[in-house]
Amino acid sequence: MGVEQKLGNLGVVTTKLEDLINWGRYRSMYPLLMGIACCAIEMMAAQAPHYDMSRFGMELMRASPRQSDLMIVAGRVTRKMAPVLRQLYEQMPDPKWVLSMGDCASCSGVFNNYALMQGVDEVVPVDVYVAGCPPRPEALIHGVVTLHEMVRGEKLTDWA
Amino acid sequence: MSTEISRTSLNLEPAALDEIKHLISNRAIEGETVLLNMGPQHPATHGVLRLLLELDGEVVVNCIPDIGFLHTGIEKNMEAKTYVQAEVMTDRLDYLNNIGNNLVYCLAIEKLTDLDVPPRAQAIRVILTELQRISSHLVWLGTHCLDLGAMSLFLYTFREREFILDIFEMVSGQRMMTTYLRPGGLWRDIPVEFEGTVREFTGLLPRRIQQYDDLLEKNRLFLERTKGIGVLSTEDALSWGVTGPMARASGVDHDLRKSIPYSGYELYEFIVPTHTDGDTYARYLVRMEELRQSLRIVEQALDKLPLGPVRSNNRKYVPPPRSELSTSMEAVIHHFKLWTEGFSPPKGSVYVGVESPRGELGCFIESDGGPKPYRVHMRTPSFTNLQILPLLAKGHLVADLIALIGTVDIVLGDIDR
Repeated sequence: MGVEQKLGNLGVVTTKLEDLINWGRYRSMYPLLMGIACCAIEMMAAQAPHYDMSRFGMELMRASPRQSDLMIVAGRVTRKMAPVLRQLYEQMPDPKWVLSMGDCASCSGVFNNYALMQGVDEVVPVDVYVAGCPPRPEALIHGVVTLHEMVRGEKLTDWA
Repeated sequence: MSTEISRTSLNLEPAALDEIKHLISNRAIEGETVLLNMGPQHPATHGVLRLLLELDGEVVVNCIPDIGFLHTGIEKNMEAKTYVQAEVMTDRLDYLNNIGNNLVYCLAIEKLTDLDVPPRAQAIRVILTELQRISSHLVWLGTHCLDLGAMSLFLYTFREREFILDIFEMVSGQRMMTTYLRPGGLWRDIPVEFEGTVREFTGLLPRRIQQYDDLLEKNRLFLERTKGIGVLSTEDALSWGVTGPMARASGVDHDLRKSIPYSGYELYEFIVPTHTDGDTYARYLVRMEELRQSLRIVEQALDKLPLGPVRSNNRKYVPPPRSELSTSMEAVIHHFKLWTEGFSPPKGSVYVGVESPRGELGCFIESDGGPKPYRVHMRTPSFTNLQILPLLAKGHLVADLIALIGTVDIVLGDIDR
């Protein structure tokens, strides 16, 4: 944000409430610790030192949906898993966002059959789709940064 | 009267109780023990495994795994694809052992069609599967220790795993789902910098393994959480069909790389580490030794790496090289036939097993003589190994169950398919 640049001699910063709240939201997003399939391994790799997602304020993954505000759907969602996913989404407090990671979560990828949801957007509203099977950690980070940009431009009135 | 009380204390609908009644003990129905749900979203279940726990205080009386949250219908999907197309499905079975899955599928097709694989391709297959074994064990070590509270190991092992993934990316262009092994050989030859990079890795890893050992072997917390936890006897391991490091830590000296060598494993010198204690610590020791033995195999295979082609010359099953397409009409016809219709193996059924990082991974293919498999079945090691979990967990604390799920080293994609 470059606080020190705005900080004049007075030691006071003036900003809009909306900007301040959005800044807080996108700078410390807590993803839900939920790995489903192959993409979860790449999600772990994105958390690991080589890619280090904590650069974006996302090193803390919460195992409880009550403490998280971003759901990364990392993997194929089966018909048995779909109700669980929906329940987890409903347990998350507002404001919340969903990132669909990988082809399986976005459109079920190479699997077109009886067992899988053909895209997780049938169950939860998705904000960002990340393509790839599995997406590289860079791709996931790009998706996350895209989401951050989106959150940064949100209007408070939309949530109210 | 007593059932009325129990239903209220269990807080279950009568229909839901009927569903699990045969799985739990009478004490749970009488309300003496507590039923606790664990998963499918739980940081320690390594995926979407659900466990129904019956607890007496903190002691696990009964543990009932509920699987199927990742049932993808892979085997059914493979029936709708040609033999070559279906290979991309095998990548996504056990997503920590992608190249091993490709290998068992390719070996099954090669057995079905009597395809020969050139020695260079076989040696490269061995190098890549052993690297995959190392990377799988590294993920196991990292997540297992993460569950036990030793977080730094996770950061170290994933650093080394990136090195292996870079090697895979170098040869195939993909980090995880490589589909680099093809029926009759490989997709293409390895790049020139492959050997140097792998040698750099094999030079670096022994020191890193020593670092892991230093962090864990004298760590009293780690020892107390693993020693004597989840003891699996030799008889139980044999009678439950447990394979891989799980069985070897219980004194079963069985490794398919030794007993039924494939892809030229008989050419390399290595020992199969075994242990007799059968507890979580023994399984840790066995897997750590397997890391070192895999490195030995990789080094030997690199030293002996023969020159020559990397795919079979049998044009009925293996597409011709691109350079021939502009000069030979026959090659164009073969190419066209193989990429539109696919090849048709003779009628029959085969089973091939390989040693995956988790145990015996088998592939059964039934062919009806057409271009698509009639039935493909994968015998996956995690599925058979998981059924031992209730036996191991009985009488231990809930906290030890976390260690036990880690030590069985399950991959849910492998279990549910």
